[in-house]
Amino acid sequence: MSAALLPPTPPPARRLILNGLFAENPVFRLALSLCPAVAVTTTVLNGLILGVAVLMVQVLSSVTVALARGLIHPRVRIPVYTIIIAVWVSAIDMTLAAFVPALYAQVGLYVKLIVAFAIIISRLEMFASRYPLVPSFWDGFGMGLGFLAALVVIGALRELLGNGSIFGVRLVAGKPLLFFALPAGGFFSIAFLMAFFNWIERRVGRGRGRAAAGGAHG
Amino acid sequence: MARILVPTRRGIALAAILALAAAGLSGVLAARGAVPSAGRMSASPPRGAPRPPRILGAWVERSGGESRVVVRLSTPIERVEPANFRFTEAAAPDLPIVVREVRGARGAAANASARLILTVAQPLDPSARYRLDILEPALAGEVRPSAWALFLAVILSSALINNFVFTRYLGLCIFFGVSKKRETALGMGATFAFVMVTTGMLSWLLYEFVMKPLHLRFLQVLVFIGVVAFLVQLLDTVLKKTHGALHEKFGIYLVLITTNCIILAVPLLNAAADAGPLESLALAMGSGAGFALALFLMSCARERVELARVPPALQGLPIAFALAGLFALAFMGFSGLNLFR
Repeated sequence: MSAALLPPTPPPARRLILNGLFAENPVFRLALSLCPAVAVTTTVLNGLILGVAVLMVQVLSSVTVALARGLIHPRVRIPVYTIIIAVWVSAIDMTLAAFVPALYAQVGLYVKLIVAFAIIISRLEMFASRYPLVPSFWDGFGMGLGFLAALVVIGALRELLGNGSIFGVRLVAGKPLLFFALPAGGFFSIAFLMAFFNWIERRVGRGRGRAAAGGAHG
Repeated sequence: MARILVPTRRGIALAAILALAAAGLSGVLAARGAVPSAGRMSASPPRGAPRPPRILGAWVERSGGESRVVVRLSTPIERVEPANFRFTEAAAPDLPIVVREVRGARGAAANASARLILTVAQPLDPSARYRLDILEPALAGEVRPSAWALFLAVILSSALINNFVFTRYLGLCIFFGVSKKRETALGMGATFAFVMVTTGMLSWLLYEFVMKPLHLRFLQVLVFIGVVAFLVQLLDTVLKKTHGALHEKFGIYLVLITTNCIILAVPLLNAAADAGPLESLALAMGSGAGFALALFLMSCARERVELARVPPALQGLPIAFALAGLFALAFMGFSGLNLFR
């Protein structure tokens, strides 16, 4: 999946952002870091807050690695990346706990677990360790934005179907399909969304339908 | 199953010994009172008095919609009228819960029985903590489920009711990655359970005896991921040198484990709950078993799906997600399980 990003001159910012949002969307296309995508998306707001946390961690770690890439010996790079991510996760975790305590109480565990997200470390390995500051920033921004968008879409779908509201604002009377707010509904929402993306891809006829064979990484 | 285990018996014995050592160490620490929360109760007798009565244990029982408190004393006490007892929630010691009646166990007279049964005016939660004060003689004690009851309850709850995969959505990437074949799933489940127990206990020791005293709790994430990485690396090296066959089977999984949320979640949950040694061990064991169970179930189902005709758009991950959703629905049934009668 990194083949497109290998040329020595970094792609322009616009393409990096679009890449993260659509072509290599972390959740729907790469099938990475799915745990939070199911876990916290019972409402849009929860999805949004975790998405913002991931965006911040991704951008900050990408920038840090891009700046320090001359100093990191290749043989210890993975532990060093992990420590960099852990530091930023701790910082974001404490910030959220301080400023939005009520929301944090619902997503706290998953914010801490950002440290184990495969998507972040794979961007550091594939992009930020090879390119200078500015493109790394845009790559991290694009990937984070893609993740954020995916969480918000799933959250909106589940909140609308399960609770009849969006951002807590009631749109439909009652709870149309409570099932979608339940744990099992999260799995089904992702299944349907992925199938939908696959179906579009087949209809458009560009892909070879291999998106479904996605990653199997931590 | 047997085919996997036979050539690696020595390795499994080693694993069992390590896990037992961790459990034993925590047990010793708990028994010595180094850690609060594991012993059932502590009441300090006044010095010099000849055999003063003590509260040996107290817990809440529920029978037929009525909850009552059972108190075990070292010797019977004289004054057994309800006014002599003060019963409160551990979290709200200023709000007494009215004690209606005090009886002796099995029909014995209350002031001749070393086991008292208190009937209270409101329903109690057998898994919660309460506080009991006896005014004369002045005794105080905590009312909570016995350590073993709690241990088994945490294991059951983390394996079934709060299954890591189906209700907490942890470790999904690895879950979908390795649940394609039954044999791989079993190996992975066993490796994960073992690593979860060892890292869970090591992190607990660090958290309790280093991070808490030094006020370094905010370094949780950093320290725990370090512990996981360190232990996995250690295990990998040791296995490679001592048990080549075992390493060939499980080595590949070990590498995948290092940055996995399911491993990291155990120490984080323990730290968040401020759990004692037995509870930490139980959470690690229970969630390890739950993850192994989930992997096994899923691999069985996916082997069947391989033979089915799935619509093209749903092939691969989407159908696997739908399967997991069905399992999650089934696991919701466990939420009705009442662990304390």
